[in-house]
Amino acid sequence: MPALLEIRGLTVEFATSRGTLRAVDHVDMDVAEGEVLGVVGESGSGKSVSMLALMGLLGSNAKLTADRLAFAGTDLLTLTPRQRRKLVGKDVAMIFQEPTTSLNPCFTVGFQIVEALKEHMGGTRKWRRDRAVELLTLVGIPDPGARLNAFPHQLSGGMNQRVMIAMAIACQPRLLIADEPTTALDVTIQAQILELLTRLQRQHNMAMVLITHDMAVVSETAQRVQVMYAGQLVETRSADELFTRPRHPYTAALLSSLPEHAERRARLATIPGLVPGIGDRPVGCLFSPRCAYATDRCRGERPALYRDPEGLARCFYPLDDSGRPEGVAA
Amino acid sequence: MSEAAATPTPQTEPVSAPLTPAREVWLHFRQNKGAMVGMYFIVCLVLTAILADVLAPHSPIVQFREALLVPPAWQEGGSWRFILGTDDIGRDILSRLIYGARLSMIIGFIVVFLSLGFGVVLGLTAAFARGTVEILIMRLMDIMLALPSLLLAIVIVAILGPGLFNAMIAVSIVSLPHFTRLARASAMSELTREYVSSARIAGAGTLRLMFRTVLPNCMAPLIVQATLGFSNAILDAAALGFLGLGAQPPTPEWGTMLAGSLQFVQRAWWVVTFPGLAILLTVLAFNLMGDGLRDALDPKLKR
Amino acid sequence: MLRFILTRIALVVPTFIGILLLSFLLIRLVPGDPIEVRFGERGIAPERLAQLRAEMGLDQPLYVQFVDYLSHVARGDLGVSISTKNPVLSEFLALFPATVELGLCAMIFAILFGLPAGVLAAVKRGSIFDHALMSTSLTGFSMPIFWWGLLLILLFSVQLGWTPVSGRLAALYYIEPVTGFMLIDSLLSDEKGAFLSALRHLILPTIVLGTIPLAVVARMTRSSMLEVLNEDYIRTARAKGLSSFRVIGIHGLRNAMIPVVTVIGLQVGSLLGGAILTESIFAWPGVASWLIEAINRRDYPVLQGGVLLVASLVMLVNLAVDVLYGMLNPRIRR
Repeated sequence: MPALLEIRGLTVEFATSRGTLRAVDHVDMDVAEGEVLGVVGESGSGKSVSMLALMGLLGSNAKLTADRLAFAGTDLLTLTPRQRRKLVGKDVAMIFQEPTTSLNPCFTVGFQIVEALKEHMGGTRKWRRDRAVELLTLVGIPDPGARLNAFPHQLSGGMNQRVMIAMAIACQPRLLIADEPTTALDVTIQAQILELLTRLQRQHNMAMVLITHDMAVVSETAQRVQVMYAGQLVETRSADELFTRPRHPYTAALLSSLPEHAERRARLATIPGLVPGIGDRPVGCLFSPRCAYATDRCRGERPALYRDPEGLARCFYPLDDSGRPEGVAA
Repeated sequence: MSEAAATPTPQTEPVSAPLTPAREVWLHFRQNKGAMVGMYFIVCLVLTAILADVLAPHSPIVQFREALLVPPAWQEGGSWRFILGTDDIGRDILSRLIYGARLSMIIGFIVVFLSLGFGVVLGLTAAFARGTVEILIMRLMDIMLALPSLLLAIVIVAILGPGLFNAMIAVSIVSLPHFTRLARASAMSELTREYVSSARIAGAGTLRLMFRTVLPNCMAPLIVQATLGFSNAILDAAALGFLGLGAQPPTPEWGTMLAGSLQFVQRAWWVVTFPGLAILLTVLAFNLMGDGLRDALDPKLKR
Repeated sequence: MLRFILTRIALVVPTFIGILLLSFLLIRLVPGDPIEVRFGERGIAPERLAQLRAEMGLDQPLYVQFVDYLSHVARGDLGVSISTKNPVLSEFLALFPATVELGLCAMIFAILFGLPAGVLAAVKRGSIFDHALMSTSLTGFSMPIFWWGLLLILLFSVQLGWTPVSGRLAALYYIEPVTGFMLIDSLLSDEKGAFLSALRHLILPTIVLGTIPLAVVARMTRSSMLEVLNEDYIRTARAKGLSSFRVIGIHGLRNAMIPVVTVIGLQVGSLLGGAILTESIFAWPGVASWLIEAINRRDYPVLQGGVLLVASLVMLVNLAVDVLYGMLNPRIRR
């Protein structure tokens, strides 16, 4: 059965004053119906840009190429802007990191939700209003009838994020993309929002792509995980497998730098170095300057994605069960 | 084990030595072609003003009775003796324009000097004194801004009497509130910074604080406003001249040259066109330069 | 909302008092004896001078005179014109509509062309249109208004003969002034062709007066729009699948308009300054040329009353703009 979302070889380049920046480098992605995919990576990994490209939200200075970009069988690359607009906001929806600035300060919350309904669903004014109240209740906002007339700056960040979610699921999307939905919120609210998202996902059998830099968030919500680094996909496997048996050195380094994994009284593990920018993209493996196990081959040659029993890893010497590259003595 | 070989990574861009702020602003400014054109024009204008006695073919006030309303040289009936033609009482337009440049430069300079000077003092005083003094000063500025600027200038000239000098005073007074507000706003945002507190603790007196410590950091928006103020001064003085309230004939101020020229629109287009063109180009040059300065100084403003 | 309006009105009161003070002091600031200035006569006989002085209360302390002046103003008595002997207020009211008509048309012209131009330039940033707009608008407000008027007259009235040179209406029509707005009055009357004549007379002055506001509105709209288009909520609107027209025209413009409205309001003040020059060139019988005449004729009561009225009006317009701003921007309403 074909995946709901199929991406092959997605590349996004930005023309900047200092040269061309390749933000997304031949990335593949599959999301099945009703599946939750977590996409992890540092800033600059291209995780957000790839999803923005999918939604058609990139600016005019971005160049997008892909071998395949399909949603529910429809080829997105050949769509006219009008056809794409019928899809976006209806079958594929997206929520963003900063909820308060992502809502228009001049219009009420109710207006903005009803607008989404009007665009894709039609209906009478009364129906739209009732549905908006229904949605606000669904996302856990108290006194929804009154809240419809509130402006975004009158609500808290957590409430605004709930409103964003209500707006996104208004037209029963088959895929929801959540771009760092909890990063800008308080820790206590984070848990609530995540719980809300997973509940909605289960109730409506909605596929979800959860983008985050926070491994803890992914461990609780995702079924499958993709790890991105410097615009490339470096590893993908099921969440359980990823957390117990990571294969790519970057993933392992990410996990070991989590405070939870630190040993008592020892220094927190960090990954030395920086993500490559425009001028310093390595010739070989992009992670090689920072990898503890890099060899000359790593530094000279770009590894492809190699398949192993549980998933894919972009490494010549993926880690084995003991956490060392295969073939290297302890 | 892997060797610690040198990685054949592409070189990163070379980092040049850090630039002084002035040089940085200049480099940024240079990139703005419009601003550079404006600057060159102004330089030419200043040179013209200084060298007017040498450059002008005739005196600006001498009347050539035999050459009334002579068209420009390239038109039929014109002559190269009066390249841009003559006006209705036989004065050479080109010479008048050249001496007019000198006048405009003087006007702009004096007006900006006065309004910038007093504006800065008032604005800084308001920012430092706070309380009643501040309210008084700012309310006065508000009242001055309540009247349209040209109207206020006209009222002042009505009280003082027409003439170039009074026109300059009027325009200076009218420009004053802008500088005051700007100086006060800049000063107030600087006052919250730590270097001011440390200067205060070190024992700096208020005057010293005002002018040696805070003022240099407010200069950027003030410089931009001064450039624009120059062009506004020329425009306003020309408007007053046009209305007969500014420079009086035979003073070759560009606006005055246009006063009462409506009657010549049909038969002598050059009397109407050239003085206005001079005003337009000068003001445009200053605005371009002001825009360029604002853009060049902006990254520093945002620091 | 009401509280917002009331606070705004309260803030304006000190300025209004200041304006009253200014106009009160106006006659006293002019060199010369106030009475002679007031009546435009020189060399009045000393006894008559003393008598007039007592009558007009000029021997009273200044603040008493001020209160007296205020009471006159409150009753609508702004003095009598030296040259025409008509009450200042009624002269003003008779001439005011002409200036308002011109100013309104100029503002509409500016907004009608400036707003879309600014939006288009922002949406097509860096394009030829954008650069062209920026250059023309810069030229627009570097332009001396009076010269621009002369130039347009030269081109359109003299060379092409399309538009008349001066006045509000061709001399062969007589229109009964009902509202004072020539466009409306000419429609109301049965004189054929009057409306068209009024329109033709209005075109050049409107363009001349409206050029600078046009440039300012276009630039402000462009820069405001550019900022707005970078905001997160625009991205959200696009993510909802809304059409470009709706995203820019409704979500974008609504936010971009906020600083533009302020600028438009500020333009009203400078519009009056421009009206002085425009009315002068086109012999437009409005308030501005009335004031210039007053200065040239040393008609100080007119100047005093005129300044008071004009400044108060500008103040009211700024107040209206403030309130409008509050309506557009919910954030400052509370």
